[in-house]
Amino acid sequence: MKNYKTVVLSNQEISTGYYRMRILAPGFGSKAKPGQFLMFRVQTSLPPLLRRPFGIFRTGFLPADCDGQAPKEFVEILYKVVGRGTDIMSNLQVGSKVEVLGPLGRGFDMGVPGEQKILVGGGIGLVPLYMLARELTRKSSVRLLMGGRTREDILAVTEFERLGVETYVSTDDGSLGEEGLVTQVLLRKLDKYPNASVYACGPMPMIEAVQEICAARGVPLQVSLEALMACGVGACLGCVVKGAGHSEASPRYLCSCKEGPVFRAEQLDWTKLGQEPGYCEGCKI
Amino acid sequence: MKNKRPSLAVEIAGIKLKNPVMPASGTFGYGEEYAPFIDLERLGAIVTKGLSLAPKAGNPTPRIAETISGMLNAIGLQNVGVDAFIQHKLPFLREINTPVIVNFFGNTLDEYGEVARRLSDIPEVAGVELNISCPNVKQGGIVFGTDPKAASEVVGLVRKHLKKPLIVKLTPNVTDISVTARAAEEAGADAICCINTLTGMAVDVKTRRPRLANKTGGLSGPAIRPVAVRMVHQVVQAVKVPVIGVGGIMRPMDALEFLIVGAKAVQVGTANFVDPAVMMTIIDGIEAFCVEEGITDIHQLIGSLQL
Ligand SMILES: Cc1cc2nc3c(=O)[nH]c(=O)nc-3n(C[C@H](O)[C@H](O)[C@H](O)COP(=O)(O)OP(=O)(O)OC[C@H]3O[C@@H](n4cnc5c(N)ncnc54)[C@H](O)[C@@H]3O)c2cc1C
Ligand SMILES: Cc1cc2nc3c(=O)[nH]c(=O)nc-3n(C[C@H](O)[C@H](O)[C@H](O)COP(=O)(O)O)c2cc1C
Ligand code: FES
Repeated sequence: MKNYKTVVLSNQEISTGYYRMRILAPGFGSKAKPGQFLMFRVQTSLPPLLRRPFGIFRTGFLPADCDGQAPKEFVEILYKVVGRGTDIMSNLQVGSKVEVLGPLGRGFDMGVPGEQKILVGGGIGLVPLYMLARELTRKSSVRLLMGGRTREDILAVTEFERLGVETYVSTDDGSLGEEGLVTQVLLRKLDKYPNASVYACGPMPMIEAVQEICAARGVPLQVSLEALMACGVGACLGCVVKGAGHSEASPRYLCSCKEGPVFRAEQLDWTKLGQEPGYCEGCKI
Repeated sequence: MKNKRPSLAVEIAGIKLKNPVMPASGTFGYGEEYAPFIDLERLGAIVTKGLSLAPKAGNPTPRIAETISGMLNAIGLQNVGVDAFIQHKLPFLREINTPVIVNFFGNTLDEYGEVARRLSDIPEVAGVELNISCPNVKQGGIVFGTDPKAASEVVGLVRKHLKKPLIVKLTPNVTDISVTARAAEEAGADAICCINTLTGMAVDVKTRRPRLANKTGGLSGPAIRPVAVRMVHQVVQAVKVPVIGVGGIMRPMDALEFLIVGAKAVQVGTANFVDPAVMMTIIDGIEAFCVEEGITDIHQLIGSLQL
């Protein structure tokens, strides 16, 4: 992990309000592990002051130039414009200079080879699942259950399919795939593959529902959580989440950026976890 | 002549620093967190996260909120406790050729005394920084820092138990900071560090709830720099002991402001989160400024404010 000063290779809107950015990642793209993230410095003037965390969606190599130079590593992030920082990012042009800190955090545990793997993603939560799927499909059969509010929130499904991942889509309004919650699909899949392991990333209510299902069935679950972060390296202790055994009398916190952002479900205290991060709702006024 | 490297070395309460730049407590972990990013041996000193007698879990979340040109935090002084620090964190720091300053606090007077006593015998600790200024915990911290009598009492007690250089870190959340600064000096402080964070609050207008679980938090970052510069200026006039300036330093120029008003050293806090190598840039920038201005020793710059 290092702070890299690099450049934007591409930055395009891929669905309303969602962008995909590719940056040059010399020396670190290929080191990133599924579930890790980076801290993106939005701009060097102010505001915003703090960096913004983003999961690593994809890493790869640019084809070698005809001048015979070694292939160059790149990293892709997928992000949703929600506030000032991501809005500024969406206006970055090809060739813009950017700074990223990474790869940070602990990623996913790959589990037992050969076993069925079910990935559950909600909205932008599919980001870390793509690299995970790429790794897992080498040794296991992988299914992706992808949920969103409308069809606009369903991203990159064909890319998962190209990896050989069986994908199931559900939307709240039925505008794409099955109408309803992704957890309905999960229940069906677990009926069929009761020994599968589950990996989830997405909005907190979805993660909580997935956790309830997995806990009830004794299915191993890993979740990638979002938290408000200032440093991303374990120095500020701003990003903590409640760990198992937490109580008001003896609080126990886990550091999301260092001990996470991926946790095994049993590491966490799930009571009211959904209300924990408490992001500002944001306001356009 | 112009190419000769200026001397940036300073001494704070008997601690010899290669240069006047060090991290601010709580923004640099225990040093090892930033080791992958910078050469810790280039720093003037390393200042640790604030320690208490027993480990402390800290406040509920959310603990941080970004605000205009700054951030609010209500971490609640989460730390591993003094004994775990000595056992698990100090061995790493021991290998680094940079003085270690340990920041600490207590929940009660007795606790302040006891932590001071335990740190007293540790040779690797070059000095301690007494935090009587954290706005985020109910007991301890700020209650000692806002009342000059209480400040005097706690500094006096720590002085009695401590055989090391003692830096006292003041809160800006007072009407006249020179009063607490003088109280700390009279009670035995070898240096003064100012400032800690300013108490602030941010509200989510949609939910109409505070953005921090603790309701209020400490404001840091560039938003507080002018307040910090003013307070350092005041404290420098009020005491004879050296003063360390902290608050919103992001660039070399910001650090120079503090030195010019009379700070003998500076601490960099929130800026580390934004750029982990910022202290390297600041050290290089101070040196470059000295070269440009024909300054051969940093002491020519310290307190050179023209009024
Ligand atoms: C480990 C990690 C990985 C992430 N990966 C991705 C990713 O791959 N793609 C992506 O689009 N986003 C991701 N996020 C969320 C992303 O960091 C936030 O959306 C971003 O910081 C918002 O910045 P902003 O300046 O646009 O919004 P701000 O102006 O800071 O806030 C606007 C609104 O955004 C929401 N928000 C702010 N911070 C967060 C946060 N940390 N998590 C969730 N919502 C937030 C809140 O509703 C807030 O009111 C990730 C977060 C973490 C912690
Ligand atoms: C996340 C965070 C944690 C902090 N923890 C401590 C602490 O443990 N002890 C202390 O004396 N000050 C603590 N501080 C205050 C800083 O050391 C510093 O005084 C303040 O942030 C102002 O400097 P800055 O604007 O450069 O950040 C903390 C500040 C922040 C932002
Ligand atoms: S974001 Fe600073 S400790 Fe995790």
